Amino acid sequence: MSHIKLLSAVALSALLLLVGCGKKEGEAVGVVGDEILVGEFGSMTGNEATFGISTHQGIELAIEEINAAGGVKGKKIKLISLDDQGKPEEAVTAATKLITQDNVIALLGEVASSRSLAAAPIAQQYKIPMLSPSSTNQKVTEVGDYIFRVCFIDPFQGTVMAKFAHDHLNVKKVAVIYDVKSDYSVGLAKFFKETFTGLGGEIIAEQTYSGNDIDFKAQLTSIKTVKPEAIFIPGYYTEVGLLARQARGLGIEVPLLGGDGWDSSKLYEIGQEAIMGGYFSNHYTTDSDDPRVRQFMEAFKNKYTVFPDGLAAMGYDAAKVLADAIERSESLTPEGIRNALATTKGFAGVTGVITMDENRNPTKSAVVVQVAGTTNKYVTTIQPL
Amino acid sequence: MHTIRRTFGLPLLMLVVFGVLDWFFPKMFDLYIQTLIIYCGINMILAVSLNLVNGFTGQFSIGHAGFMAVGAYISAFLSVSFPNWAGPFINLNFFLNTVIGGLFAAVAGYCVGLPSLRLKGDYLAIVTLGFGEIIRVLLLNVDAVGGARGLYGIPKYSTLFWTLTWVFICCFTIVRLMRSTHGRAFLAVREDEIAAEAVGIPTTRYKVIAFVISAFFAGIAGSIFAHFLSYLNPSIFTFLKSFDVVVMVVLGGMGSISGSCVAAILITLLPEALRPLQEITKIDFRMILYSLTLIVLMLTKPQGLFGSLEISDLWKKYVRRSASN
Amino acid sequence: MEEFLQHVINGVSLGSIYALIALGYTMVYGILQLINFAHSDVYMVGAFVGFYAARFLNIADSPSYTSFFTILLIAMAGCALLGFSIERFAYRPLRNAPRLNVLITAIGVSLFLEYTGQVVFGATPQLFPNILEDSIIFSFGGARVTKMDATILVTAVGLMIVLRHIIQNTLLGKAMRATSFNRHWASLMGISVDRIISMTFIIGSALAGAGAVLVGMKYPKIEPLMGVMIGLKAFVAAVLGGIGNIPGAVLGGLVIGIAEEFVVGYISSTYRDALAFSILIVILLFRPAGLLGRFSVEKV
Repeated sequence: MSHIKLLSAVALSALLLLVGCGKKEGEAVGVVGDEILVGEFGSMTGNEATFGISTHQGIELAIEEINAAGGVKGKKIKLISLDDQGKPEEAVTAATKLITQDNVIALLGEVASSRSLAAAPIAQQYKIPMLSPSSTNQKVTEVGDYIFRVCFIDPFQGTVMAKFAHDHLNVKKVAVIYDVKSDYSVGLAKFFKETFTGLGGEIIAEQTYSGNDIDFKAQLTSIKTVKPEAIFIPGYYTEVGLLARQARGLGIEVPLLGGDGWDSSKLYEIGQEAIMGGYFSNHYTTDSDDPRVRQFMEAFKNKYTVFPDGLAAMGYDAAKVLADAIERSESLTPEGIRNALATTKGFAGVTGVITMDENRNPTKSAVVVQVAGTTNKYVTTIQPL
Repeated sequence: MHTIRRTFGLPLLMLVVFGVLDWFFPKMFDLYIQTLIIYCGINMILAVSLNLVNGFTGQFSIGHAGFMAVGAYISAFLSVSFPNWAGPFINLNFFLNTVIGGLFAAVAGYCVGLPSLRLKGDYLAIVTLGFGEIIRVLLLNVDAVGGARGLYGIPKYSTLFWTLTWVFICCFTIVRLMRSTHGRAFLAVREDEIAAEAVGIPTTRYKVIAFVISAFFAGIAGSIFAHFLSYLNPSIFTFLKSFDVVVMVVLGGMGSISGSCVAAILITLLPEALRPLQEITKIDFRMILYSLTLIVLMLTKPQGLFGSLEISDLWKKYVRRSASN
Repeated sequence: MEEFLQHVINGVSLGSIYALIALGYTMVYGILQLINFAHSDVYMVGAFVGFYAARFLNIADSPSYTSFFTILLIAMAGCALLGFSIERFAYRPLRNAPRLNVLITAIGVSLFLEYTGQVVFGATPQLFPNILEDSIIFSFGGARVTKMDATILVTAVGLMIVLRHIIQNTLLGKAMRATSFNRHWASLMGISVDRIISMTFIIGSALAGAGAVLVGMKYPKIEPLMGVMIGLKAFVAAVLGGIGNIPGAVLGGLVIGIAEEFVVGYISSTYRDALAFSILIVILLFRPAGLLGRFSVEKV
């Protein structure tokens, strides 16, 4: 019996270990002296580290530029970044820590919808505005009125590419191969299929792979036998490069289509000539004459020695949109920033002109670009629905 | 009267204590601390239940995340699709859903336990690993629970009270079990299977029972996890999650329940405790340090923190030693 | 028919890579009864050794057999060194500890290599240098056999023949077999067990390095977590063939490679990973010690 008592004593003492870390009270939320605290959580390590780090670099660059230009409301922004190892449960811990321990005024994150969906209820509960750079699942902003994003939602991009395939490429039979482990990829594939069959096209093959796979020949061999006129691959550049190589290696010569997950110079680096001429929907083109895009590309290249990918651009815009909202906000409170974010109108970012709609999603047009080496060539613009 | 007190005294007392804690804690501590405690609790259930299979029965399972996934998904699916099916009381619903999730996990545990009739050691390990992966791939393909897009909008029923209560039930059950005849049988299977069989212990049955009980509690842990996170995704339950639990069991000491608990707390809090370091250095050393700690601990304390002893045994030892001095 | 042939070709080329990595698992297991989880990360390091070596030697863009063999040897040497150090510093102190401890240490080493890799090499995928020009050797109908596939197969088979020679016909091999049969008795016969275990790690890791270069050539995307999935599959292959059994690892690798290929080709790509494991479970239920493993009945 004493055994059990001691055991329960262990459980209790474990809880009490944490005594002494009570709530901090006092000053206004998120403002310390002349610094405004903004939290960021992302996958800095783990198997999606490359996406989290890209986004982080974009955000960091934006904050640096904002502070160099005098900050917002006369104060500097201080970014607190936490790693969530790419795990939803860690995203919850990180978001909770940022809100309750670090007292941030707003949150930037997460890259992936799965982590955003896990963390968003916390932000909503504490009424701290959360701005996701690249969570495309439409459910993310449905969590509550404090959750925003600056990227497209899945249905929009899927529809854009379906229309593009049907109207511009004039293809009727398309094969789809997507990453079954990625909610982004599954979402895009789903809405592409719906729209494309709705337009009278036909999906003649549907194959899947899992993220981090390196061999896609089995799927591609099956796709090859049904002779599609184009292949839609709504995955990330990390896999698409290899996939394209193997497709060409097997003698599949039809056009390859994708979404903004393709946007990275790594795509061409890994895919080489196999990916040349592939089309994907994106927020902007790297061959754009827009001085904002040019300046961003230059600054990023100078700071990190590599070209920014799409996620870095989204992170950059998210931070800029947030800073703009803080500047416009009537008071320096989470609620004021939320209201300002909700009324974001015609904000000219790198990834397009952002206007928040009533569902806290941005309405911006998509461009379809073609891979032409490490840069992309503008093909056409498709307006939001 | 005395027996009643002996049997039910502690559980009732603990229920009251947890109830008070549950009321008192949110007033004292913010959500971050509560989150960590709930994660500690979930990991304690996982580690203690896995200890039954790996530590006490001497089998080798590295598929615990699979059972956790079954419990999490079944209970979450019930909560989402059939809200309040058992009446208007949220806690009753949650309790029943959790138990149902645990039962489904137990059935899965039975299925995995069966091959242990024929397989030993690493072959059994790889079957459990494979089973965990199969569960994950199946979940990816079931649209009713969202596939890769995940299951969201799960009500946040998990409270401190429920977590602690289940931790207690789990530890209590396994401690009591290990002190019964059956517990001795588990140990006999671990120590020498052939000898155990020779003295008439149905070794196969005990192996399967160990798997079933262990899976049941893993399912419970899954349910608490799901109702705390309010979002589920198959990629949460990879084999790395199973490894985490195995690490806790070995680190705490095979066959030490309090050891598993302490190790679970350590493993949960260590990465959090290392966070300030990351904020200072700007480079993510957290997981590197975590893995190094693991290696160093194994090299310096190969028996785990407590070996096969409990904290109470260590205490007694200490008392005896200081008395003799 | 054409599709079928292509699937067979793909399956064999994938399977030979699994087999090469599975060999490392099975050798270590045969001698230490340890699942060396760090093996898959040794493989990852091998790919990066090749990557940096090619840059350093300026042969990243001069594809020829010379560059191929140079990089292959450098990667094998690098991995051998890494394997040796892991054994020396992480596993040897635990020689007499329970097996599970060594296993946890192996997991620790594996995580350490992965996370250090993410900090040192960066998390973004890198392009493996182009060290061998690819071309189609011959094609029947639409099914193609490429120079790359052939090189991979020949190199893998060559290495396996060398390994078999070492194990069957040399004194070292004899000592290895003795150690794996019974470590204690082997040491009584004057075999330096520690040295033999070191050699096993060196050879096994060198094979992982070779595997990394072959995979890197064919699938030129390398990143710090590249070993995780392929390592798991290779490990499954080793168990399937009967862990500890060298021809078994080769057979297991080929079976998994071809099975995966056919599952995707004729059933469903979604269930690829699940079916690989299901096949494993079914086979283990009928042959509990793997395809070529010997099932030993425990005697009192």
